[in-house]
Amino acid sequence: MEIPYTIETRPDTGLYNAKLGIWLFLASEVMLFGGLFSAYVLLRVGAEPGMWPHGWLNVTLGTINTLLLALSAITTLLAWAACKVRDFAKFKIFHACTILLALTFLGIKSYEYHDKLIHYEVQLTNGKFADGHLVEESKDFDLANKTGTVTLHGRIVEDEKDLMDLRSPEARSAKLDEITIAAADIKKMENYGPKHNTFTAIYFTLTGLHALHILGGTIVIFYMWAFGGAMWKTDPERFTNRIEVSGLFWHFVDLVWIFLFPVLYLT
Amino acid sequence: MIDMSESEKPVSLNSYIRLCGVVFLVVLCTTSAMIATSFSHIGDGWTLKVALILAIAVVNAFLVAGYLMHLLSEKKLIYTVLAFTVFFFIGLLGLTICATNGFPPGTVSH
Repeated sequence: MEIPYTIETRPDTGLYNAKLGIWLFLASEVMLFGGLFSAYVLLRVGAEPGMWPHGWLNVTLGTINTLLLALSAITTLLAWAACKVRDFAKFKIFHACTILLALTFLGIKSYEYHDKLIHYEVQLTNGKFADGHLVEESKDFDLANKTGTVTLHGRIVEDEKDLMDLRSPEARSAKLDEITIAAADIKKMENYGPKHNTFTAIYFTLTGLHALHILGGTIVIFYMWAFGGAMWKTDPERFTNRIEVSGLFWHFVDLVWIFLFPVLYLT
Repeated sequence: MIDMSESEKPVSLNSYIRLCGVVFLVVLCTTSAMIATSFSHIGDGWTLKVALILAIAVVNAFLVAGYLMHLLSEKKLIYTVLAFTVFFFIGLLGLTICATNGFPPGTVSH
């Protein structure tokens, strides 16, 4: 059975079916991310004064990822243009670049997640807070039984609010040292994972969902890059349309990041 | 009048490479502008900075949507779909924000 309107346009819509389909899908994606963005706005507006974090994320890595995604959006467009002019060799080159850029993006994102997961805030029994990256735990370290020690590379502050704005002059000038803390002196110890506070929760939710979209898009693009040759030989126009549709999804993923980057990293 | 979307027009790879070069340069500039604004001392708090940064992000988004997604020359049906999306998106944001202080009587806040 032949699938209708994979190449030729439907008279009533003026589009081939897959193109209308992807735009409807992208509309639903806008609502998905829109809901999460509105959750972000509510959490931020509702935060106690001075308790919304600033400067917790690495702007350099965020900027590199922004440029990587912008470049990948461009190579995706060029891959489609190469198909349009029937240059399959150039299509392969451009889409190979897209895949490499996407994997680099995911690699950097994984590094950022790892950095947050080894970053700890420790509430001490004397009311102060130790904050820093985990260096080591002694072999007998057990928080429940209050045995052993933990070593962090960071600093100790008087109030949790002092940890919120890492762009403040005090935070910038703070000297970081190796701090060894006995388990008996620890009231609570928690990494900067999703459950740490509302900022990390919405950060991991938004960027995690976005990273899943990147992963899904990369798998589709890889499939067409690796196994698209057969369709290219028999039906190049249909293959070109598939590249256009996957490209539209990829551009949407780039669009989402264009807002995620400033919202999470710069404000 | 023939209604021809961007994807149906004859394509020249070199013209696309030039277009992409320009788009990337502008994205580079706007990203730099966002970072500069973020670290600048404009205004007392974050409100003005956030507004400026988001305005620059909208320029970035326009470039990607307009030129890379060909939205500047698409079919009417796609614009209709997007118009509905914008309507519901604004409704989604608006209703959530309107509900921020709309607690039922007797709600205890912590």
